[in-house]
Amino acid sequence: MNHLDRLEADSIDVFREAVAESERPVLLYSIGKDSSVLLHLARKAFYPSKPPFPLLHVDTTWKFREMIAFRDSTVASLGLDLIVHRNPDCVAAGINPFDHGSARHTDLWKTQGLRQALDEHRFDVAFGGARRDEEASRAKERVFSFRTAQHQWDPKNQRPELWRLYNTRVAPGESIRVFPLSNWTELDVWRYVERERIPVVPLYFAALRPVVDRDGALIMVDDERMPLTEEPRHELVRFRTLGCYPLTGAVRSEARTVAEIVEEMRAATTSERQGRVIDHDQSGSMERKKREGYF
Amino acid sequence: MELLRFITCGSVDDGKSTLIGRLLYESKLLYADHLAALEADSRRVGTRGGELDFALLVDGLAAEREQGITIDVAYRFFATEARRFIVADTPGHEQYTRNMVTGASTAEAAVILLDARKGVLSQTRRHARIASLLGIRHVAVAVNKLDLAGYSREVFNEVSASFGELAAELDFDEVTCVPMSATEGVNVVGRSELTPWYDGPTLLQWLESVDPATARGGPSRFLVQWVNRPDATFRGLSGRVLGGTVKQGEAVRLGSVVSTVARIVTMDGDLEEAPTGSSVTVVLADDVDASRGDVVAAASDPPGVADAFQAKLVWLHETGLLPGRQYLAKIGARTVGFTATKALGLNEIGVDNVHFDAPVPFEGYRTNRDLGSFVVLDRLSNATVGAGMIDFALSPTNVRWQTLTVDKKARIARNGHRPCVVWLTGLSGAGKSTIADLVEKTLHAEGRHTFLLDGDNVRHGLNSDLGFTDADRVENIRRIAEVAALMVDAGLIVLVSFISPFRAERALARDLVGDGEFCEVFVDTPLTVAEQRDPKGLYRKARRGELANFTGIDSPYEPPVEPEVRLDTTALSPQAAADAVVARLRALGVC
Repeated sequence: MNHLDRLEADSIDVFREAVAESERPVLLYSIGKDSSVLLHLARKAFYPSKPPFPLLHVDTTWKFREMIAFRDSTVASLGLDLIVHRNPDCVAAGINPFDHGSARHTDLWKTQGLRQALDEHRFDVAFGGARRDEEASRAKERVFSFRTAQHQWDPKNQRPELWRLYNTRVAPGESIRVFPLSNWTELDVWRYVERERIPVVPLYFAALRPVVDRDGALIMVDDERMPLTEEPRHELVRFRTLGCYPLTGAVRSEARTVAEIVEEMRAATTSERQGRVIDHDQSGSMERKKREGYF
Repeated sequence: MELLRFITCGSVDDGKSTLIGRLLYESKLLYADHLAALEADSRRVGTRGGELDFALLVDGLAAEREQGITIDVAYRFFATEARRFIVADTPGHEQYTRNMVTGASTAEAAVILLDARKGVLSQTRRHARIASLLGIRHVAVAVNKLDLAGYSREVFNEVSASFGELAAELDFDEVTCVPMSATEGVNVVGRSELTPWYDGPTLLQWLESVDPATARGGPSRFLVQWVNRPDATFRGLSGRVLGGTVKQGEAVRLGSVVSTVARIVTMDGDLEEAPTGSSVTVVLADDVDASRGDVVAAASDPPGVADAFQAKLVWLHETGLLPGRQYLAKIGARTVGFTATKALGLNEIGVDNVHFDAPVPFEGYRTNRDLGSFVVLDRLSNATVGAGMIDFALSPTNVRWQTLTVDKKARIARNGHRPCVVWLTGLSGAGKSTIADLVEKTLHAEGRHTFLLDGDNVRHGLNSDLGFTDADRVENIRRIAEVAALMVDAGLIVLVSFISPFRAERALARDLVGDGEFCEVFVDTPLTVAEQRDPKGLYRKARRGELANFTGIDSPYEPPVEPEVRLDTTALSPQAAADAVVARLRALGVC
């Protein structure tokens, strides 16, 4: 078996264990390439059955429009159940990254929103697309990562995880985040997208897009809510990760196909999270967010 | 491209993190923003006087940066043109044995670091033993910091020879020693002119050439994880090939049933065969009743099935293993009850006879890491507390359940009431025996068949060999629970009056009898009140230090979470408390 075959088989194994040993699983679907791969693996794991769980999208109302269109067409064509949760407190208060800052915006919409959704539906297992290569604190997280009833992660008190024997036992109210892509790298993800011809949001491919400079990042003007003092210019850009459009930096690129992205990746000199504004709030910020329940 | 999983072990001082940082750096896997962060961190908290401190790159958690040590298993990824690697980076000190065991459990090769100036230390021996124990067959010894020994060939040869002696006692297929300096990058990736006398591979060359040996030969083994039934027309077994190659048309056995592999289904189409490691869905030709945890195996050579084993155990939790205590074990895709016979503390490794409460398909760990390994889970906290590797099954016992004609039902009909264990738990001096005595008097007067097992009385006879350590307390309650269960079989209402401080053992007592046959009574008396009463003068003795391991003083009491009856003895008279118990027994339909 080559390395993608082994990664695929391991991920399928993880999906099956989690589903067999949980009551109410859910897949956290964030529409990006990792979610696309995650969903593809879930379909493979249970074929010919459909994945026996719904998808949950914790929406912030600030996602790229193309992401939402892609989400809806994916769910429709595959005949899957989708739950969209928007934190009602944020809707009421009109939380946005411009007035409230990236940290509060992310905490309220995503971290608190996710908690609300998990509590409301009493999910005991939530699949996520996080990878250990993304950030130092993730390198030590388990594939089956235990959360307290308050959704907290205690990095110093994690369950040892040996062989492929995953401990799925929780008390009522507690839950487990399951990360089938733990051992994948960004390059593995793209190679797999290429090999399996997995559809991804077109924003990953280079195109002329209206952008402005914000704090050293190239921000795409996706709708009229973006406060502007200048005229956006059109540049040939693409995105390495996708999130809220005002918080996601584009990169200049000519890669218009998956093969060209893989080629670009191999020559890349910066990591994918560099384009994310939220990671740079302070050193160790991802570990802090994760302790609080961010995915 | 192939994938290799390996583990690195060595102490902080041996330069392990530096080596991994160096591998990432030299294989161009460090991105510019990582590098910029590393440069800033090196200036701020580095230990190399502002030069790049690769250790900072690898020590991810904030706590580790503060303490300057690696306290958990971290997984790292890098790739060369030839291979993709997953590195389990584990800490070296003895108190982190569990982390190394965890990292080694999924590794196919090990890199053991040592300091050339110090040679093979007891720590190196431990790392080598654990690697061997966990089934790693390929080992590279990175004889590091050779720059500080003047790149001396003699020093390297000496260290290599002494590791060779150690390896001779162990189970490795191959050992390669590499003269190295991780900080200077000598023989990590490229060959160095500083060691002209060395003609072996560099560490990376070795990693690119070692055989991952993931293709397990032998008869086919397929573990069923999930029964796949999208509709009435399809019934597949979704799972993983854990040995040999499963072939379409192959005759297979599943327990005592024989069938044939009709199809091997994947979303990409049916396969003719599936090698070790594949996750597929198998459809059998016959309508066989298969469930999660079953092993579909080559009909001619199925795995053994047993419930008692000799196994190597590694204890992973601060609370030590107590012999006789009921744990759970997860093996393959089954979770069963588990007991061991010897005590083990955190990070200790032992050989023990272990018992599962149901037979499981298995293979020895040396033959098959997936079907010979298990983890031990705590029943109450759900923590992963231990890990085990099966050596062999203990010869099957000839003690079988005898089918008896006069059964529990017949006894209920004769007695006119149902049997039950009434388990009174609480501190010494709480009033358990007094209340139990009054309950029995009432039931006896009504013509019920009863028996009272009293803690003190039983300790004079059946349990006279037991003291008051945690291990003895567990065994004490285990015996009482078994006796009480036998008495329930005999049709009696058994009153058990024991301090029984641990939830786990009370849970065991409950598990031994049927649903509705266990009534836990928490005689809830605060410590201050019990100590004031002190009917036997025991608290005074304990306070004076004349009694060790006294519950409530220097030994813990774990109160019931959801008892059937809770009696507040500060508010109830003994008779009122007894009446409350009898009322509950009536409500349960016992009498």
